[in-house]
Amino acid sequence: MLQIQNLIVRYGGITAVDDITMNIKEHETVALIGANGAGKTTTLHAVSGLLKAAGGSITFDGTDITKKPAEQIVEHGVIQVPEGRQVFAKLTIEENLRLGAYLQKDKAKIKENYDKAMALFPILKERRKQAAGTLSGGEQQMLAIGRALMGNPRLLLLDEPSMGLSPLMTQQVFDVLAELKAGGMTILLVEQNAYEALTISDRAYIMESGNITLEGRSSELIDDPRVKDAYLGGDL
Amino acid sequence: MESKRLRDCSLFRLAVFVVLPVLIVVAMCGRGNYYSAMVCTFAINVLLAASLNLVNGFSGMFSMGHAAFMAVGAYISAFLTLSPTQKASMLPGLPQWLTNIQIPLLPALLVAGIAAAFVAVLIGIPVLRFKGHYLSVATLGLIVIVRAVLDNSDSVTNGPRGITGLPNLATPTLIFAVLMVSLFIMYRLIRSSYGRGLIAMRDDDVAAQSLGINLTSKKISIFCISAFFAGVAGAMWGHNQTVISGQFFYFNMSFKVVQISIIGGMASLSGAAVGALFMTFVPELLAPLESGFNLFGMAIPSLYGISNIIMAVFLILVIIFRRQGLLGSSELLLESWFSGSTYTSLFKKSEYQELAAAIRGKFNRKQT
Amino acid sequence: MSASYFISQLVNGLRLGSVYAIVAVGYSIVYGILRLINFAHGDIMTIGVYVMLMLMTTIGMPLWAVVIVSVVVSVFAGVLIERLAYRPLRSANEEATLISSLAVSTLLQNLLQMIFSPQKRAFHLPEFFSVRHDIFGIQLSTMNIMTFVAVAVIVIALTFVVQKTKIGTAMRACSENLDAARLMGINPNKVIVFAFAVGSGLAALAGLMLAGEYKTIDPLMGFVPGLKAFCAAVVGGIGSLYGAVLGGLVIGVAEMLFAGLMPTSVTAYRDAFVFVVLILVLLVRPNGLLGQSEGGRS
Repeated sequence: MLQIQNLIVRYGGITAVDDITMNIKEHETVALIGANGAGKTTTLHAVSGLLKAAGGSITFDGTDITKKPAEQIVEHGVIQVPEGRQVFAKLTIEENLRLGAYLQKDKAKIKENYDKAMALFPILKERRKQAAGTLSGGEQQMLAIGRALMGNPRLLLLDEPSMGLSPLMTQQVFDVLAELKAGGMTILLVEQNAYEALTISDRAYIMESGNITLEGRSSELIDDPRVKDAYLGGDL
Repeated sequence: MESKRLRDCSLFRLAVFVVLPVLIVVAMCGRGNYYSAMVCTFAINVLLAASLNLVNGFSGMFSMGHAAFMAVGAYISAFLTLSPTQKASMLPGLPQWLTNIQIPLLPALLVAGIAAAFVAVLIGIPVLRFKGHYLSVATLGLIVIVRAVLDNSDSVTNGPRGITGLPNLATPTLIFAVLMVSLFIMYRLIRSSYGRGLIAMRDDDVAAQSLGINLTSKKISIFCISAFFAGVAGAMWGHNQTVISGQFFYFNMSFKVVQISIIGGMASLSGAAVGALFMTFVPELLAPLESGFNLFGMAIPSLYGISNIIMAVFLILVIIFRRQGLLGSSELLLESWFSGSTYTSLFKKSEYQELAAAIRGKFNRKQT
Repeated sequence: MSASYFISQLVNGLRLGSVYAIVAVGYSIVYGILRLINFAHGDIMTIGVYVMLMLMTTIGMPLWAVVIVSVVVSVFAGVLIERLAYRPLRSANEEATLISSLAVSTLLQNLLQMIFSPQKRAFHLPEFFSVRHDIFGIQLSTMNIMTFVAVAVIVIALTFVVQKTKIGTAMRACSENLDAARLMGINPNKVIVFAFAVGSGLAALAGLMLAGEYKTIDPLMGFVPGLKAFCAAVVGGIGSLYGAVLGGLVIGVAEMLFAGLMPTSVTAYRDAFVFVVLILVLLVRPNGLLGQSEGGRS
């Protein structure tokens, strides 16, 4: 469904992503794992069109989206939950959700998605008239996911959804992701929390300083000594 | 062996960046008042833009208030160089001791610069804590405030009528001498550890602070130094024009300096020279358009303001297509002017060989 | 000094402040999204006024039609400027767009001087506008009343647009986090064009009020009021709609009270006074009276 071919992304003079190739099939959950600064977020930004690729191509569902601006890529159903939530803090929860459906024309479908999001995150319903900035970090993450779901994603990109959350909230977020996966959603998950990411995903790519160093089935990678040493804390 | 690039050869630099400009300046000054006045304006513009670059290009603040410091310099130096009789009739409100003083231009320039720097401290302490655009707007406010003071202190400044009959002491030689000394000081300043600290602050103020750089003192000191040279430039401008009044030192003047600085390249003192070259001479070339002319038998009516319009469009194009200005952050010119090797190269055989190799290299590249 | 003199100065201040407020709103919504001080904003006001003058004196259109055409022309001018001079600089630093806007301002001023000559021109509105009304003992001209009503209507209408409509919500999203807004599928260029259109149309209306009061116009008339309106937006808290209105009224009243109540030897400092107010407010409240901190926005 998503094909990343020999992608290169540069920030100023620095090459943040150096010739990577990835693919994601429909209904698949793929994890992209790596340390801070490995180039994971840069990769997602390139897919979403927030950053321009310096080389290579990104194809979604047969369409070349490499050069398209972010707002057009959303139209294709490639929707990102950005790093650090980035909910609109001054807007209400309801407004945040409605913005998620900014490009949707079908009123009935919007209503359906809205109800679905509210059912998924009951906390949001109680506080829908409040400014999103008043929510806790975990609640904001729920809102950010709910907001993305409002846009009818065909491919959901998640950037470090567990960042800065308590273990309990992290568990809740991953439960939600599991639910979405069970519903057939195609997901690309960027995480530093390698254990959770490998548990939930079907396949994974390991990224180090701009390159993909390892890829394979998550169930195999989780037992791979190299992965264990570098990302799972040797004795896990 | 890879030969040096032509512009890196000392002899080439000597010929193109030192000898040629000197010849042009001397030739223009020899051609009468109109040309020598333009050369003087050019030199003053260089000093203005270079001093503005210290703040805007090297320290990461964005001031637009240069005209205010020029005004301070111009008025202070006028107080010092006018004859006591002139002052007694035109500026009756001056204190007696000041009325009686009359000193040569050079020390007056120094005092003018110091006065401007003093105003910069006064305004800088409250205003330099503002960030980004707020600082820019506050410095615009400084222009308005200085103008209001000049226009309304009749007995000291002669009000909006301004001061006339300034002694015409700013000769081309003096202006260029002052310019060269000033540029040399500024050049050494930005190449010193102080200057490196400044650039560190521009590039990343948090990191600079963690390296022990005191941001506040850096900001205020560079603002002062910049104002000092603006004051000197303003004083020379006044003595070159022989007339000064508040309206000369208003938005137009400030914006012109900012434009020169941007076109040449804010992060380069050499850029000031290139920007000033453009902004001084191109409008002169466009001047005929203003009064109307004949094009292939077609009478083009006079287009008041057309040269300003063309310059504005040019400025927008420079910003869009060459954001770092014409010179970027290169110090090609000043490096050539102030490095000894440029001058000693005349006497070194190896330099001639390098030059020859570079010319050959250039020639060969063109052929392939 | 009598109480009625004070009140009349106060009314004058509110009237002038209303004009600043309307212009400041335009500055504020553009700044909120782009972090751009659009120096050409004041000159768009001038364009609007000259269009009105031309239509009134040459064609003799009815005033309401004149105002509509003038607003449309100003909107067009504002959008065109954005397209040509600011959009190519979208990824550049703030100084670049600032300078571009200064250049546009110079360009417009000179263009207006070239077309209409630098001379001052008379700008007369029909008698009807200067008729005085006695309202609770306060003398108000029709123009005064219309200015106040216009400000109220504009604030209500803009509040509705910003709070309730899709484009308004998108505008708030863009000014809070441009990248996140793009991830929602919002095209920032469309929102920016909308902001410029609204701001420019309002500037034309403000021009009408200013010219109607001063009775003369010239090609440079917009620049200094524009600058003061920007001060007003900053004083109120830039990026905030109510802040712009409050800032405008504060600056207008402060300026008129200063001009009216101070001894004549200092009243000539009124332009300078506005900037002093600006600096003082920023020293005490770095984000303006109603401004919130910039938060994570870099």
